[in-house]
Amino acid sequence: MKKSFTGKVWKLGDDIDTDIIIPTQFLALESVEAMKKYAFHPLRPELAGLIQPGDIIVAGKNFGCGSSREQAPEIIAALKVSCVIAKSYARIFYRNAFNNGLLLLENNALYDCCNEGDQVAVQLAESRVFLGDKAFPVASIPEDLLQMVEAGGLVPFMRKKNGK
Amino acid sequence: MGMTIGEKILARACGKESVRPGEIINAKVDLCMSNDGTTHLNIDIFENQLHGEKVFDPEKVVFIVDHNIPAESPKTAEAHKKMRNFAQKHQIPFYEGAGVCHQIMIEDYVVPGQLIVAADSHTCAYGGLGAFGTGVGCTDFTSIMHSGETWLMVPETLKFVLEGEFKEGVYARDLILKIIGDIGANGATYKVMEFAGPAIKNLTIDDRVVLCNMAVEAGAKSGLIEPDERAINYVKSRGRHEMFLFQSDEDAVYEKIYTYNLADIEPIVAIPHNVDHIAVVTEIGDVKIDQAFIGSCNNGRIEELRVAAQILQGKKVAPYMKLLISPASKEVYLQALTEGLVDIFVESGAMVLNANCSVCWGGCQGVIGEGETLISTGTRNFKGRAGHPNSSVYLASAATVAASALTGKITDPRGMMG
Repeated sequence: MKKSFTGKVWKLGDDIDTDIIIPTQFLALESVEAMKKYAFHPLRPELAGLIQPGDIIVAGKNFGCGSSREQAPEIIAALKVSCVIAKSYARIFYRNAFNNGLLLLENNALYDCCNEGDQVAVQLAESRVFLGDKAFPVASIPEDLLQMVEAGGLVPFMRKKNGK
Repeated sequence: MGMTIGEKILARACGKESVRPGEIINAKVDLCMSNDGTTHLNIDIFENQLHGEKVFDPEKVVFIVDHNIPAESPKTAEAHKKMRNFAQKHQIPFYEGAGVCHQIMIEDYVVPGQLIVAADSHTCAYGGLGAFGTGVGCTDFTSIMHSGETWLMVPETLKFVLEGEFKEGVYARDLILKIIGDIGANGATYKVMEFAGPAIKNLTIDDRVVLCNMAVEAGAKSGLIEPDERAINYVKSRGRHEMFLFQSDEDAVYEKIYTYNLADIEPIVAIPHNVDHIAVVTEIGDVKIDQAFIGSCNNGRIEELRVAAQILQGKKVAPYMKLLISPASKEVYLQALTEGLVDIFVESGAMVLNANCSVCWGGCQGVIGEGETLISTGTRNFKGRAGHPNSSVYLASAATVAASALTGKITDPRGMMG
């Protein structure tokens, strides 16, 4: 996958929970494509319509807390954001995100330095993200996890590996 | 160096003598469970993407329809049908309309020392019986249903030493809200919350499940309580005799140890829109409510229903208020009927619903409208959780919810205990 990319920042706060990412009443819709326009609906109903492929979500602590509903990372992945950069993540969401091809990066300081609309540059090879000249370290993501993200998640990755 | 109960359970699950926090293990699961929140998605992945033919062991996979039951739309009915057909085809135990999945698991499956993985975040409830329960998403679940295995990181453990006894009108529910408020919604992320100390022996199985079930609201991987005679007797009384009894070593290593005296706890309310945003009920002022709910995997068991009945007996729900009650399982429902609790509820003006996730899940029953306020014994008060995005949910004990239903505003249950 691309090891360096730049994206426009959409900023969300602390404790962005799975009911905000995709409220219960939209889970019955037939597809992730149908659900994705309701992403973040309780907080910012207009947001899903504004997010463009390649944009970056920057958030505070405990992103993805709450239920194990996998539609949450799935619809963020379906919005084609290039990654989420949060101060920290909830555990179940973290696994679900990589399993669904959504790249998560963690940095404690970026959130407080950037504004919505800023451009952030991600350099995966050096495990850093940049806001202008200022660099912020992110934990390095193992190569096989990056390959899983590139394949679109765990199932496509396993199928690719198994040649199916 | 000793091990905690959580580490011992994970060591057994991966066939090792010992494990250490931070170590990644490949563990065999004793049971896996999925409910209608996501099972239709698991089945799609299993059949269409993995081309799976068999589940790893039909006796170790459980399907439970509890989130949207009875179905509120043809789409939901379709999802249930898919689940029912799959369960029949693969000869998997299948429950539909028999209660909230975690209560059914506790009644019919869980024994101390098991590793249980389920596609639901509140799976940590099984720690009330000394089993390591943890939630996963549907991709992980499908792979586990196929292989019976998964990778897990061995978590650090936080220990909560409990002393003393609750005062009247205060419950395990208040204690766990207080703890989550103190450590924060990410205060235990990736970790085990182990509840221990001299007060445990006086806590009922229901109390223990209440504590462990909410561990995920502090971000925990699991909640755990060492099984004692009470837990062992409960499991045996349910006809299950094979169990794996582990206890934390005296020199086990904890990341942090907290101590709580139960006598210091007061009735707690979690304020919209986060579970860790708490206040003592006497300090929140005048909060008018539109609807009250008693039920869910956290707080819909017989003991909570008894407390609610004690408060509601001979009284009426406040004008313009709705009180909805959903027993956590068919068994709890039957017990409540036998004890005359359902009569008390209905006479008070409450609506008694079938055993399901109900209002807590905000999907099929008792959703609230714009600007409305709910007080609930459910697990979460996230924005929009119970219906309209601009509505509010307060969380409290069954006693506080029942007391509030009588007055129409959030009310301290002490002094209203009948």
